[in-house]
Amino acid sequence: MTEFIIRRLLAAIPTLLILIIFSFLLMHSAPGGPFSSDRPLPPEVLANIEAKYHLDDPLPLQIWNYVVGVVTQFDFGPSFQYKDRTVNEIIAQGFPVTLTYGTIAFVVAVVCGCALGITAALNQNSWLDYFAVGISIGAQVLPNFVMAPILVLIFTLWLGWLPGGGWNGGQWQYMVMPVIALSTSFMASIARIMRSSLLEVMHSNFIRTARAKGLSARAILFQHALKPAMLPVISYLGPTFVIMITGSVVIDLYFTTGGIGQAFVNSALNRDYSVMMGITILIGCLTILFNLIVDILYAWIDPKIKL
Amino acid sequence: MTSKRALALSSVFSISLLASPLIADVHPVTNEELADEQVFTYRVGDEFASIDPQLAEDVQGGEFIRDLFEGLMNQDSDGNLVPGVATHFEANADNTVYTFQLRDNAKWSDGKPVTAHDFEYSWKRLADPNTASPYSWFAKEMGLVNVKAVMAGDMDPSELGVKALDDHTLEVRLENSMGHFPLMTTSEPTFPSPKWAIDAHGSDWTKPENIVSNGAYVLTEHVPQERSVRERNPLYWNNQNTILERVEALVISDDNGALTRYLAGELDRTEVPTGQYNALSKEHPDEAVSFPRLCAYYYFINMTENTHPSLLDPRVREALYLTVDRDVITNAILQGGEFPAYTFTPDATANFVSPNNPARDMTQADRDARASALLAEAGFGGDEIELDLLYNTSEAHKKIAIIVSQMWKQKLGITTVLQNMEWKTFLEARSNQEFDIGRAGWCGPYNLASSFLDLMSSTHVYNDAGFSNDEIDELLDDAKTKADPSENFTRIEEVLATEFPIIPIYHYAGVFMMNDKLRNWPVGNVEQKWYSRELYFAAD
Repeated sequence: MTEFIIRRLLAAIPTLLILIIFSFLLMHSAPGGPFSSDRPLPPEVLANIEAKYHLDDPLPLQIWNYVVGVVTQFDFGPSFQYKDRTVNEIIAQGFPVTLTYGTIAFVVAVVCGCALGITAALNQNSWLDYFAVGISIGAQVLPNFVMAPILVLIFTLWLGWLPGGGWNGGQWQYMVMPVIALSTSFMASIARIMRSSLLEVMHSNFIRTARAKGLSARAILFQHALKPAMLPVISYLGPTFVIMITGSVVIDLYFTTGGIGQAFVNSALNRDYSVMMGITILIGCLTILFNLIVDILYAWIDPKIKL
Repeated sequence: MTSKRALALSSVFSISLLASPLIADVHPVTNEELADEQVFTYRVGDEFASIDPQLAEDVQGGEFIRDLFEGLMNQDSDGNLVPGVATHFEANADNTVYTFQLRDNAKWSDGKPVTAHDFEYSWKRLADPNTASPYSWFAKEMGLVNVKAVMAGDMDPSELGVKALDDHTLEVRLENSMGHFPLMTTSEPTFPSPKWAIDAHGSDWTKPENIVSNGAYVLTEHVPQERSVRERNPLYWNNQNTILERVEALVISDDNGALTRYLAGELDRTEVPTGQYNALSKEHPDEAVSFPRLCAYYYFINMTENTHPSLLDPRVREALYLTVDRDVITNAILQGGEFPAYTFTPDATANFVSPNNPARDMTQADRDARASALLAEAGFGGDEIELDLLYNTSEAHKKIAIIVSQMWKQKLGITTVLQNMEWKTFLEARSNQEFDIGRAGWCGPYNLASSFLDLMSSTHVYNDAGFSNDEIDELLDDAKTKADPSENFTRIEEVLATEFPIIPIYHYAGVFMMNDKLRNWPVGNVEQKWYSRELYFAAD
């Protein structure tokens, strides 16, 4: 087990390096640069600025210096766009916000999604099943960029219960709508995966055997069926969690939470190379980490898998 | 609630005790009763990139800097010059040397006096290549002695034509005569910066915990991408006349989302989304406002060798110019009180006399007929011409591009291929002349026709579509040294109306929803240089 984890962590190093080089090249191949603007800068001014940020160095040297800075000092550089902030500061400010509402939304999505899926599977073809499937399809077809304005219309404009945006240090009133808007479509997906996976398990031989032994429905579900039925759900949850805590661009923009998703999009539009790289590496690391966690969970749940 | 009631009770108590009205409750000039809460919350579409006076280049940053810092001169609600840190100035006979007298009661927020040395430092800092300011071009625009050599790194910044003669006297020397120079001191890059704070904190000096500023407000909170708060500065020399206690800017990128939050009462001011002004002004007549701005929306024509050959013929360019039905665009698409544009310079520009423009006085039917005749005269059939129209991503730009291409198709038979690009890609394509016709918008950096017409100079960085006219270049050069150059500007517009390097479409209006209790918004200031210290909320 320990050996497996160490091996995976070591494999992460070349993966991240490739990610850095690839993103760096891709980014620099996009037209325009951080300092191209509506009022073109006089060449001597542009030269001064590019020299300040070492953008006039050859690309391989830039990549090398960048990697060295990251590895030796954990320094992701200054933002090109925001003059008084470094990439570390931008991530330190935005990531906790997204992490907070993303984690809550994740818990909500998992709990509600699993409950819906299990209810539907155990009562297949009954009204409960249709009801649960109906809800999950409804939630699926309402993407968050539609959900967000609808929620604001209802809760802010009509009812006046909740503020229409902002974060305010993470007070609960500011979190309700982002959590609902972010969790619904994931909840729907989890419900559908849970339902079909549990149905398959419930029709398998070992459950029939358990029934024949005269075990109670409750015991069958909790002791035998649920664990294997969770496997597809768990493999879905790993990457989903990363998406929820980093990539909720629509939520960040619409509710102006100040989260990392907004910083990511702005950095791409502004060609703020250093911020874009920093967040890309963050997402890369999280993806690797949670894939590892999913693999460990798999081994723990599924006796067929040995690490 | 209870605290308000307690406050009301205590004020009743104090009135009965002192038997005099509470002076703080009415406006000193208008005598209007003031609201208890003086907090102004407004929406910004984007996070500011910097509030360092010498580094900031965006509109949002400028709004902050005018509250946090104060330059030599300010603007009043109509855009006229009024004293700022300087009480007055003198110019020599040919307007090449200006001497500003600074007030002796101006203070920084840490208690230090504001001196002429602070201005000398900040202007040198603007031009210094080590500062690497994206706005340093403004120093060149100011025409200070030796500015070009300093910016190129060939000369030490100490050689720049600005010098503190003593703590309260600043001498500015210019390379050429410039009558409008004092106007430039209302622009943010010329505002003072505190050398000691910059030396102590480096680029972190603009953070709330480090910032030292000399304006009516201080920055107390900044949550990037969410909100920023500025609060009254008790050390500001004119603090007793400041009424707003607190100004909050919320970053909301979506126009419609911002409008919803305005309607829910979370904001006191927001932009009206394109096309919604009519409906909103019917529902909220006291809140929807529209006023002229110093900005032009126009198409410019590629006149380099990369262009469609037909566009090198001025008759074809005039035909395109004539067939754009501007009334349809302003009345049916934008609907926010924008002004159809036939000249580049907006009519609202100070001292600008619009030339007699035959096209403006024609009916659209006459314009269309003349356009068809011109095209035929030039020897082109409309169906032989296919033009690439380049614009950057935006719902409004798209609508306008579609309707203009439809007008050209219907009236001239010319086919237009719409090229929509993301902003930075658009800029790249524009500077490489990969288009036939491109979209542009321009806001004059100061209220003079030259702030628009300079773009028509063959050497201006913004003129990258190959237009060059000797007469215009001469008129612009001549205008720089004239006491009243308005004739030159009128003449330039006349030349543009024979050459048609650009197709002006409309002049902007500022279209906002504003709290109906908010007073003193400078709607007459076409540059929209507003200062929070002049605003206030009237009581219900």
